[in-house]
Amino acid sequence: MEDAKARVARQFIEAIPHSKALGMRLDALDAGVAVISMDWDPRFVGDPQTEVIHGGAVSALMDTCCGAAVMSHPSAPASTATLDLRIDYMRPATPRQRITARAECHHVTRTVAFVRAVAHDEDADRPVAMASGAFTVEPSSGRGRSREKGDTQ
Amino acid sequence: MSRRPPEPVQAVKKRRDAALSALVQSVPYAGFLGISFDRRGDELTAVMSFDEKLIGNPFLPALHGGATAAFLEVTAIIELAWSLVWEEIETGLHGADGMDPMRVIQMPKTIDFTVDYLRSGLPRDAYARARVNRSGRRYASVHVEAWQDNRARLFAQATGHFLMPRRIGKD
Repeated sequence: MEDAKARVARQFIEAIPHSKALGMRLDALDAGVAVISMDWDPRFVGDPQTEVIHGGAVSALMDTCCGAAVMSHPSAPASTATLDLRIDYMRPATPRQRITARAECHHVTRTVAFVRAVAHDEDADRPVAMASGAFTVEPSSGRGRSREKGDTQ
Repeated sequence: MSRRPPEPVQAVKKRRDAALSALVQSVPYAGFLGISFDRRGDELTAVMSFDEKLIGNPFLPALHGGATAAFLEVTAIIELAWSLVWEEIETGLHGADGMDPMRVIQMPKTIDFTVDYLRSGLPRDAYARARVNRSGRRYASVHVEAWQDNRARLFAQATGHFLMPRRIGKD
C-alpha cells in the first residue's frame, strides 16, 4: 500500500514539466518526508558576478519538495496546491554545487497540510535556506477539484 | 540661473530602456523563465510569457508554484535595483547610450520571501508589479502583485526583505 502510494507520488513529481526543466531528481520519499535535489546550472544563476543560483530556483525546489512531502503523507491527499510558502535565505549557495532540499509534512488536517523544509549544498551542516508553508489538501473522494488525480485511487 | 533645454524624448527613452535592459539581462534566471519588462516612465511591469516548462500541474493545467515564486522574486529584485539606479540614469552623466546599472550597484540579496497563492496560475502570460515599501540604508521591504487576465484578480502576491547592495566603488 505504502509502496503503491509512493510510486504514484514519484510518477506525479517526475511528470511535472517545471521540475523536469530544472533537472530535479527525487532522492527519497517516505510517509510525509521528501528529499529532492538539483544541479547548479549557469541558466539558473541570479547574479553572474557571484554565480550564485537565483532565489527563485531555490523556491521552485522547495515548493516541489514540500508538495511531494504532502503527497506522500499517510493521509493520502488526492492532490495538493501551495497556499503560502515563506523562504528564508540564510547564505548564498556555493556555485557549481548540487542543492538538496528535505521537506517534512509535519501536520495535516482535513483541509490543510503544514510543511517545513531545509535546503543545503554539498556542505550539509550549513543550511542554504529554510521554508515553511501551508498546502491545500484535495479530498481523495473524487469530488470537486480532485478530479485531476482521480485516476490514481 | 539658466534652464537647460529639455532633452529630446527619444534620447530619454533610449537611455532609460538601455539601463533597464542591462539590468534585466544581468539576471540569467529571468531569461530562463522568459521574463521581460515593460516600462512607462519609471513604472515597470514584468511579463512572464507562457511556456510549457512553467507548468507545475499538467492535469489542470496550472503554473508551477515555484515558477510563480521566482517570477515575483525577479520582479521585486529588478524593481528595487531599478529604484536605486533611477536617479543616476536621470542625471544623464553616463552619456547618450545610458549607463550599465551593474557597474554602479550589485544586485540586492533576498533575506526572506513569502508568497501568497491566491488562485491557480493559468497556462498563459502573467504580469507583475512591485512596490518598494521601505528602502533603508541596509534593508528594503518590497511587495509584489501578479495577475493574468484581470488586474484586480491577483493570482499571487508576495512580500520580501532584501539586503541593500553596496554601491560599487563606494564603501
